[in-house]
Amino acid sequence: MLTAYNIPCLYFVLSNYGAVFQGRDLHRMFRNYCATPADIQAYQKESARKGDTMNSRGLRSQLKDSVPVAGLCPQGAYGVQDSLRSGFTSIKNELLPSHPLELSEKNFHLNQDKMNFSTLRNIQGLHAPLKLQMEYRAARQIQRLPFLPSSNLALDTLRGSDECIGFEDILCDPAQSEVMGEPHMMVEYKLGLL
Amino acid sequence: MALSSVLQTHPAGFNFDNVARNSALEGLFEGGQTPKPLKTGTTIAGVVFKDGVVLGADTRATSSEVVADKMCAKIHYISPNIYCCGAGTAADTEKTTDLLSSNLSIFSLNSGRNPRVVMAVNILQDMLYRYHGQVGANLILGGVDCTGNHLYTVGPYGSVNKVPYLAMGSGDLAALGILEDGFKHDLELEKAKELVRASIHAGIMSDLGSGNNIDICVITRQGVDYIRPYQESEYKDNRNVRYRYRPGTTPVLTEKVVPLKLEVAQEAVQHMDTA
Repeated sequence: MLTAYNIPCLYFVLSNYGAVFQGRDLHRMFRNYCATPADIQAYQKESARKGDTMNSRGLRSQLKDSVPVAGLCPQGAYGVQDSLRSGFTSIKNELLPSHPLELSEKNFHLNQDKMNFSTLRNIQGLHAPLKLQMEYRAARQIQRLPFLPSSNLALDTLRGSDECIGFEDILCDPAQSEVMGEPHMMVEYKLGLL
Repeated sequence: MALSSVLQTHPAGFNFDNVARNSALEGLFEGGQTPKPLKTGTTIAGVVFKDGVVLGADTRATSSEVVADKMCAKIHYISPNIYCCGAGTAADTEKTTDLLSSNLSIFSLNSGRNPRVVMAVNILQDMLYRYHGQVGANLILGGVDCTGNHLYTVGPYGSVNKVPYLAMGSGDLAALGILEDGFKHDLELEKAKELVRASIHAGIMSDLGSGNNIDICVITRQGVDYIRPYQESEYKDNRNVRYRYRPGTTPVLTEKVVPLKLEVAQEAVQHMDTA
């Protein structure tokens, strides 16, 4: 069961960390953005060909790893389940979200971008979101090493969030976080060597 | 604290790590001992009159059955021409109006204009809808801008209503009765202030969650008049803030003086070199 979900997760990891911008990626991206009935039929044919007949499309968006976080290890210190903080181990707790807002907050920017780009595509044609997405991808690659906080100045300017203050500027400031990741592990994870 | 399993830094914003633990803890104590958030069971009201907007609010903040704050300020500053009354969870209204005020001041610094009330309403609506009602803030926004005098209400799920008179909070039914009876278009300033005062008073009398003093805020094109308190409650207690008594408050019953005899045992002089 886990292998069917890992493949799209790996795709997301590669695309978020600055993979080469290919036409195939773009087609897959827009297939998710604006699924016409033809797209849905094509998807169903593909999934029937692969052999999984379960309608996993809706379930996948409800699972916690719809935007992937760490691997499959438990969330305590040193890889052992922290019973005091997270309770007893259960598959349900690891897969389904514990708060109604958890998923929508994690995916908020993605969803908003999806909505805006599909509207833009409908109004102005394919070139408009294409050009904007190219700029976003370029700006997203300007980062410091993974264990250091990056300012994301170019990305903020493109998004317009350099002129807005929201809860993400006040709460849980990454520059003042209490936990520190081990630098070597974080770089290896980002490069996919882990 | 270095954890070997932290592979990505936490994104900024709300952190849901402790939700599972909190719900487990609540189940453990049968929900009786978790800390309750400070709510402002409240009466807030607003009226559009001829030259502007009058906003009114009571000043009681409750934490379940206990009055937590007797002089709570429920009318928040958003911008020089917009003020906002907040009902619901006190921290949520406070923080949301603070964020709104910051965003609008950035806007007015960027563009050199006073913000419009519709801008404030739209920002609030987006923010509150994003959190699907988890941010418990019922707000009444009133202000005067270049397009006129406006009064809006924003609910916790992001619903917006534009109305000439309005009451919100737990005492809103009583307040709305007075407003429905006495409201006319293009009221004069004194009549509008009296109407808002009477409606908040009705809310205070009929609702346990509202009480103490009444604050009034009058917003016109010329400026803002924030009268705090406009009317003080008749049921004030005489508790002192500082317990300092005049000399002579306590009567002296008897007096006995015993001189302390001291003998000089040794005297030594040491010269200090002050050159």
